[in-house]
Amino acid sequence: MSSASGKNYLNETTGLWSWLTTLDHKRIGILYMIAVMTFFAIGGTFAMLIRWELFSVGKNIMDAKQYNQVMTFHGAIMVFMVIIPGIPAFLGNFILPLQLGAKDVAFPRVNLMSWYCLLTGAGIAFFSLFYNGVDTGWTFYTPYSISTQNGTILMVVGAFIIGFSSILTGLNFIVTVHKLRAPGMSFWRMPLFIWALYSTALLQILATPVLAITLLLLTCERVLGVGIFDPKLGGDPVLFQHFFWFYSHPAVYIMILPAMGVVSELITAFSHKTIFGYKAIALSSVGIAAVSFFVWGHHMFVSGQSEVAGILFSFITMLVGVPTAIKVFNWTATLYRGSVRFDSPLLFALGFLFLFTIGGVTGIILAVVGVDVHFHDTYFVVAHFHYVMVGGTLMAIMGGIYYWFPKMFGRLVNEFWARISFVLIFVGFNVTFFPQFILGAMGMPRRYYDYLPEYQSLNRISSVGAWTIGTGFLIGLGVIIHGMKRGKIAGPNPWGAKTLEWQTSSPPPHENFLVQPVVTAGPYEYR
Amino acid sequence: MSLTGSAPSHFMPPQASQIAVHVDYLYGFLLVASFVSCVMVIGGLIYFAVKYRRKAEDEKTPYISHNSTLEFLWSFIPFLIFMAVFAWGWWVYHEMRTMPTDALEIAVQGQKWSWAFTYKNGRSSGSEFYVPVGQDVRLVMASTDVIHSFYLPAFRTKQDVVPGRYSNIWFKAEQEGDYQVFCAEYCGDQHSGMKAKMHVVSREKYEEWLGSEPYKDLQPVEVGRKVYQSRCVACHNLTDQKNVGPGWKGIFGKMEKLEGGTEVLVDENYLRESILDPNAKIVLGFPRGVMPTQAGQLSEQEIMGVIELIKSLK
Repeated sequence: MSSASGKNYLNETTGLWSWLTTLDHKRIGILYMIAVMTFFAIGGTFAMLIRWELFSVGKNIMDAKQYNQVMTFHGAIMVFMVIIPGIPAFLGNFILPLQLGAKDVAFPRVNLMSWYCLLTGAGIAFFSLFYNGVDTGWTFYTPYSISTQNGTILMVVGAFIIGFSSILTGLNFIVTVHKLRAPGMSFWRMPLFIWALYSTALLQILATPVLAITLLLLTCERVLGVGIFDPKLGGDPVLFQHFFWFYSHPAVYIMILPAMGVVSELITAFSHKTIFGYKAIALSSVGIAAVSFFVWGHHMFVSGQSEVAGILFSFITMLVGVPTAIKVFNWTATLYRGSVRFDSPLLFALGFLFLFTIGGVTGIILAVVGVDVHFHDTYFVVAHFHYVMVGGTLMAIMGGIYYWFPKMFGRLVNEFWARISFVLIFVGFNVTFFPQFILGAMGMPRRYYDYLPEYQSLNRISSVGAWTIGTGFLIGLGVIIHGMKRGKIAGPNPWGAKTLEWQTSSPPPHENFLVQPVVTAGPYEYR
Repeated sequence: MSLTGSAPSHFMPPQASQIAVHVDYLYGFLLVASFVSCVMVIGGLIYFAVKYRRKAEDEKTPYISHNSTLEFLWSFIPFLIFMAVFAWGWWVYHEMRTMPTDALEIAVQGQKWSWAFTYKNGRSSGSEFYVPVGQDVRLVMASTDVIHSFYLPAFRTKQDVVPGRYSNIWFKAEQEGDYQVFCAEYCGDQHSGMKAKMHVVSREKYEEWLGSEPYKDLQPVEVGRKVYQSRCVACHNLTDQKNVGPGWKGIFGKMEKLEGGTEVLVDENYLRESILDPNAKIVLGFPRGVMPTQAGQLSEQEIMGVIELIKSLK
């Protein structure tokens, strides 16, 4: 093993330059980790400011214009720079070739380029702060985004470039999965995380170009005055919403499918039991990805699209519910007669299941068209998508980090503090977002700088919860940094897991495996 | 100020329209079904996790790869439930969106950041408007700038108001009272201030209001105060504090610095120009292009009233 000689991907070469020009998927994964964590800290700070402003009726710390910018930056950073690249580009980059038994991704240079795309796009988006910021919300709805006078163009160009990062990563993963699997690893022997990343990659390369085109059209309209979306120039503002959600609904699954993949790995690894319904989980990822292209109109039930369209979109949305429910049942069934160990990764996986189930059933409520008319654009929707994206995706990211941490850095994190961080995040999350379901039912619209006095008590509870989450993540950051420097040495397979990444040393050598692994069975052979 | 006039029950606003009760039945069913599903899944999860927690490091687990019957059942039963609630939701939506043919029609105009209402007899009204109880009402809505959304929580209904086309919404008010209207589609700085109040009253009271002169026997400054309340309050206030636009107190008679360095005296003509052509002269420190023109929206009497109100705030 390479650990004997002390050489691994972290100390193979040294110096900042060796990191910035690296072609090693593992190092690029770590670069993504640093970028995503930085963006998460910024987006999270904006979230804290939002909850501070909403603590009381009236002005607390900022005026309406500033609030709208903070709200826009929070949304845009979290969606485009944290949740979308979070799992595929960070965890996926590190783990996918290892789980496939490959030396690297298919196109290492493209892989590095996609990281620079993310940084360039993010840099340009942040630069808009020097041009009066952006106050459109992350959705850039026309004609507001055409008429408002500030740095919207910069933010849009930034999102456009970040989109290429996503497309390139997706392309890389698809080719890698098709061409670089270890000998003996058929599609039906791939770990479920790979299936999830593969489905996600399909979405990334098929949907993201639509966003790119839409944002380009928006830029043309703003800069050149070409009438596409603005009714003053003969355009149609609802067309923008169709284009936007044609990308952004599949994007929701770009955010959640990889999280589901992580959870599949965690559940089976920490119950030491083969996954229940492997094929059903694998195919439901592909099924969700396919159906997700035809549900975008459920964001537009009250937009003025035709009633018939609304009913069709409601119907198709229900169909997405089925494969999603299948996954949740399969994970639950996997625990049955397992040998369950409650380490922090499993706690995050269970937290994911708890919160994602609530996010899922409220998704069904919102898909029922006659009910959605009341709930659309209220805090009910805000609560729902935070349950799915934060309760789902972020919990999975945290679980995934703690699960693969020993592989990445060769050390174990401090389990006690990792659990404390989980409890604060989990409890804080529910305290923050559950009251928002009630606020939405009571009729409080979203993106409100100020609200009626009767909404104040629930908003206060929500703000206190947000600060609890913030504390939990700060502790989590401490746990990660401490673990990197002082964690106990982990050894190659501290969890006793079966997938290929655990068969090499921790941290892995530059070429991942010193001896090419050969696969003779499925991924979860706990017998 | 209350959302509805009475306390919300089971966390929903009161059921003030014909459709509200149908929406709430369906929502109630969904809540119960959701609660039961969550308890089953999360309960099962916690139960299995705790019951089968690891007792020894070398424990063996059974190799259970799948169970076709079970998997079919837990796919098919949710599918049936989803189809049922879909069909139920379809029916409610159909009732909600099928426009009655002989409804009372009111034209609604949304612009940053106020609502205005015009009746068939020419009576117009700012942020407070009246409808008779027990009658079908259809709102024909237009926007002059960006997308807004007309939202009546107590009526469980909402529709985006899109520039360049008319959108429709209809309802039948079932109980008298004052009901909150929100803008539900993000529209800029004062999005959360873009509110209106709908008064549901008896037919007699409605007729009386419809035939009344809005400013009868009022002094100009009182007229100005009414206009202020219905159209200006989202962005201006009566103190000397800046909001989106300038506060009105003490500005009359002052010299203001403009974009580009020139100065202007705030007199009647300057105020009139600022109301009718807001971008003609922009005071330093305020953004251009925010205030919409009030030309054609305010009468001469109303413009004079606003000017008198500003003059009175010393």
